[in-house]
Amino acid sequence: MSEYILIVIAAIFVNNVVLAQFLGICPFLGVSNKVSTSLGMGGAVVFVLTLSSIVTYLIQHFILIPLKIEYMQTLTFILVIAALVQMVEIILKKVSPALYQALGIFLPLITTNCAVLGIAILSIQKDYGLAQTTIFSLASGAGFALALILFAGLREQLDLTSDVPKQMKGYPVALIVAGLLAMAFMGFSGIVK
Amino acid sequence: MKKRIQIILKGIFEENPIFVLVLGMCPTLATTSSAINGLSMGLATAFVLMLSNLTISLVGKMIPDKVRIPSYIVIIAAFVTVVDLLMAGYLPDIHSTLGIFIPLIVVNCIVLARAESFAAKNRAADSIFDGLGIGLGFTLALTFLGFVRELLGSYSVFGYKLAPGDGIILFILAPGAFFALAYLMILFNIVKKKFIKK
Repeated sequence: MSEYILIVIAAIFVNNVVLAQFLGICPFLGVSNKVSTSLGMGGAVVFVLTLSSIVTYLIQHFILIPLKIEYMQTLTFILVIAALVQMVEIILKKVSPALYQALGIFLPLITTNCAVLGIAILSIQKDYGLAQTTIFSLASGAGFALALILFAGLREQLDLTSDVPKQMKGYPVALIVAGLLAMAFMGFSGIVK
Repeated sequence: MKKRIQIILKGIFEENPIFVLVLGMCPTLATTSSAINGLSMGLATAFVLMLSNLTISLVGKMIPDKVRIPSYIVIIAAFVTVVDLLMAGYLPDIHSTLGIFIPLIVVNCIVLARAESFAAKNRAADSIFDGLGIGLGFTLALTFLGFVRELLGSYSVFGYKLAPGDGIILFILAPGAFFALAYLMILFNIVKKKFIKK
C-alpha cells in the first residue's frame, strides 16, 4: 500500500509532469488563461492519460513483446492514442452530453499533448505492473491538472492587477510565472527518495 | 537559389519555431540543460523534419483529405523510430541523456505543423529547404538556450569549465529553464524590432 502512496506523491508533487519533467508544456501555456477552462482541460487530460496508459500497457505486454516488435512502440502508441481520443470523443457525445460539453473542445488537443505519450512510455520504461501503471498515470494526470489550475489562477490575477512591461507581455511573463511555480514545487523535492 | 536561401533564413529568423511560433516547448525546456544536449536534440528534430517534409511533399497528393493527419503522424513516427534506433546504436550516451524526448519528437508540434502548412502544398525540393531552415532555427535556438543555461549553471561552455565553482545551479534545474527562455525571448523580440526598423 505504501508503495502506491509513494508513487502518487512522487508523481503529483516531486516529479510533477509539467514543472519538473516538462511534459505537456504546450497546453500548459496555451489553455491557462482562465481557471474555468483549465479545469476542463485538466479533467480531460486525467481521463485520457489514465485510459491511454492502461491501453498502451496492454498493447506492449500482449502484442509488442510476444511478437518481438518493441521497436514499433512509438508508432503504435501514437496511433493508439489518436484513435482512443477520437473514440472517447464519440462515446462521450452519445453517453454523457453534459460531460462532452465540458471536455469536448479539449479532447482533439490532447492527441498532441506530449504528457500522454510521455507517461505511457515512462510507465513502460519504469517496468510498472498494470496496477502501478494505473495509479502512476492517474497521479501524473492529477499533477498536470494541479499545475495547470494553479498557473491559470496566477495568470488571472496577473491580468487583473499588475502592470506588465510591454516587452514582457504574453509568453515571457507567463514563462517567468511558470518558473516561479516550478521553484515553489522544488520545495517538495526530497520528500520521496 | 535565392528563393531557397530565403526559405532557410525565414525558418531561422522570421519564423523561428521557438521564439516566434512558440512551438515544441517540451523538448526546448527539457533538453537544454547543456549546450551539447540542446544541439543534439535540435539536430535529431531537424533530421526528422527534413525527411518527413520530403516524404509528405512527395506522397501528399495521394493521401485522401480525411485521413491526412493520421497518415502524416505515421510517416513522422517512422522517421522518429529511425532516429531513435540510430542514436541508440551510435550515440548511446546522448541517447540516454535525452531519453524519452527522442520518441516524443513525434508529438512535437513543429514537425506536424510544417507538414500541414508547407510540405503538403509545396514541391519536394522546397520542402527539404523548409525543413532545413526550420530545423536549423530550432537547433540554433536550443543550442543557444543550452549555452546560456550551461554557462550560468555550471560556468562551462560545451563541457569546458571556464571558472571554478558550482555555478548558479538553479539554471540547470527546472525553474531556470523557464527563466532563461523568458529572457531570451525578450532579447529576441528587442533585436528583431531593431532589425525591422532598419
